[in-house]
Amino acid sequence: MEALFAMAIGVLAAAGVWLLLRPRTFQVIVGLALCSYAVNLFIFGMGRLVVGRAPIVAGGRVAESLAVVDPVPQALVLTAIVIGFATTALLLVVLLAARGLTGTDHVDGREPG
Amino acid sequence: MNAWFTHLPVVPIIVPLLAAAAILFLTERARVLRVAVAALSIIAQLAVAIVLLALTTEAFPDIWSRGVGAYAIGGWPAPFAIVLVIDRLTGLMLVLNAVVTLAAFVNSLAFWDRAGPHFHALLQLLAMGVNGAFLTGDLFNLFVFLEILLAASYGLLLHGSNSQRVRFGLHYIVVNLTGSLLLLIGVSLVYGVTGTLNMADLPARAAALSVTDRTLFDVAAAIIGVAFLTKAGCWPLNFWLPGTYAAASAPVAAVFAILTKVGIYALLRLGSLIGSADALLHHEGSALLRPDLFRGGLYYLGFATIGFGIVGTLAAQQLSRLVGYSVIVSSGLLLMVMGLDHPPLLAPALFYLVGSVLATGAFFMLTGMTERAWRAPSRPASAAAEPALLSTGGYVPFGVRRGPPVPEPDAEVGVAIPAAMAFMGLMFAFCVLLVTGSPPLSGFIAKFAIISAAIQAAQTEAWAPAAWVLVFVTLAAGLASLIALTRIGMRLFWSAIGRNTPRLRVLEAGPVAMLVLLCIGLTVAAGAVMRFFDSTAASLRSPQIYIETVLTTGGGR
Repeated sequence: MEALFAMAIGVLAAAGVWLLLRPRTFQVIVGLALCSYAVNLFIFGMGRLVVGRAPIVAGGRVAESLAVVDPVPQALVLTAIVIGFATTALLLVVLLAARGLTGTDHVDGREPG
Repeated sequence: MNAWFTHLPVVPIIVPLLAAAAILFLTERARVLRVAVAALSIIAQLAVAIVLLALTTEAFPDIWSRGVGAYAIGGWPAPFAIVLVIDRLTGLMLVLNAVVTLAAFVNSLAFWDRAGPHFHALLQLLAMGVNGAFLTGDLFNLFVFLEILLAASYGLLLHGSNSQRVRFGLHYIVVNLTGSLLLLIGVSLVYGVTGTLNMADLPARAAALSVTDRTLFDVAAAIIGVAFLTKAGCWPLNFWLPGTYAAASAPVAAVFAILTKVGIYALLRLGSLIGSADALLHHEGSALLRPDLFRGGLYYLGFATIGFGIVGTLAAQQLSRLVGYSVIVSSGLLLMVMGLDHPPLLAPALFYLVGSVLATGAFFMLTGMTERAWRAPSRPASAAAEPALLSTGGYVPFGVRRGPPVPEPDAEVGVAIPAAMAFMGLMFAFCVLLVTGSPPLSGFIAKFAIISAAIQAAQTEAWAPAAWVLVFVTLAAGLASLIALTRIGMRLFWSAIGRNTPRLRVLEAGPVAMLVLLCIGLTVAAGAVMRFFDSTAASLRSPQIYIETVLTTGGGR
């Protein structure tokens, strides 16, 4: 499972970085989104990958401390998702404004050459 | 009474947050009310920051006896909950932030706050993010506050949007989002390896790691370092900086002067804490860790940053870009000093940091005024804020409908100051002296102290060439900015072609004068100020007090 998980993160990050380096604003924003997915999975993985363990509460009672997964990375990843979502939405608005003001979707605001 | 004081560290975060929320509730028409709320909040922040700074000194030993105060949010015990920590360096940065924010706020009242919606709310949120980043003792919380300040800075950069701002805003946002992703990777890796996010808990945990985990930890620290170096404007991660700062409106650029120093602060703080883990390891005789490599890397990066800054300074044709490059030069000098890791250099570097933030803040606001003087009179700034709107068929960025018309900056509103050109020339001369480090102002004292400490080190330490290079580079940076600024100053003030004297209002000229006067104050009281910086540097070099205070905090309150 670890290998599959690591490969998924790697593929997402590689695709994200490639798109991030492209000259069109839409590609950049999709690249950033893919990168942030990779990072979110990575944060999640930092709590160790386990199957069948309870979050803190199991069946209405607090589970035994050894039988739970680490809740901190889950809290971190939730925060990171929310922040990433908000900033991507902001970037999308700026992208539209840049498109409207410069008349092109090139990141430098003008076509090369 | 003491119980009240112990709650003070949370105030610099809560006050601007509440103020921003309150400002959002008030409509654009209730401008007086908005301004009043914002002014109250900033003055309160300044007062609280000064009190906090005073409480960490020896003058008030009964609150935080050892100069460090920790505040457990929610009262949970320390390694598990988020703590806010206040020590001398934090207090100093809080005061600096409040001063710069106050100056930018007053400057914006002249007309910039009406060039678009929500200026004051965004400024409050920026202040909140910066204060939080200085105060927090938790790595992930540091990321959250950085995001808050960045989100606010995106809004402020785009304030009064024109195509220039939107274009550089796009670059700025993408670069910073990528930097934030790097920071997230580093922070989560640190948690995955050590099992803690508390910065005071890190050193002991890091020192106890196995060899494999230690390598992972070093990688995580390096990734975090790259993220902060991006924020600090370190070469080669700083190509976004000059254009962005030049595109921002004058008061916004002035507050941005402190944003690069947030990165420097984080590097200083983490370097101080993780460096103590290095000391533990050396004690055990581990050969694994090479702090000299990290430090040496900072030195060379700082060198490259200054080189880039010097070239940019000499090449810049526009005053605002030139000031942006001088921000880069100051970051580079600080990185070089941090890279040498020589204790007597740290206090002068802190002096230089404070002086350069005040000077570049004043310079950016002055730049906004000089730009008005050399523009054709037919194009007032309120229309200049939207030339693209006219050229792109009435496209309105962000769907913003124009509110009540913005008064033109040169219109006869408010109190204008007499002899505007003389005032601007005088302030320009002061700013040049401060930025280049020429005598007799505070920039000179800071650079002189750095050079003096470096020469002393060169005579006693083994790494004399590195110290001589620092001396040489410090002087070269000053000379380069002096040449470039003299050239631009002659063009601006001595050639009368195409110049029309702007009307300067007290509101916009006052903050520049205030920051310059503060720098003069730093010069006059240099002895006392330097003693304070010495004690600050000493507390940074012995982080044990910080660690012990944080780890014994919380619980049962």
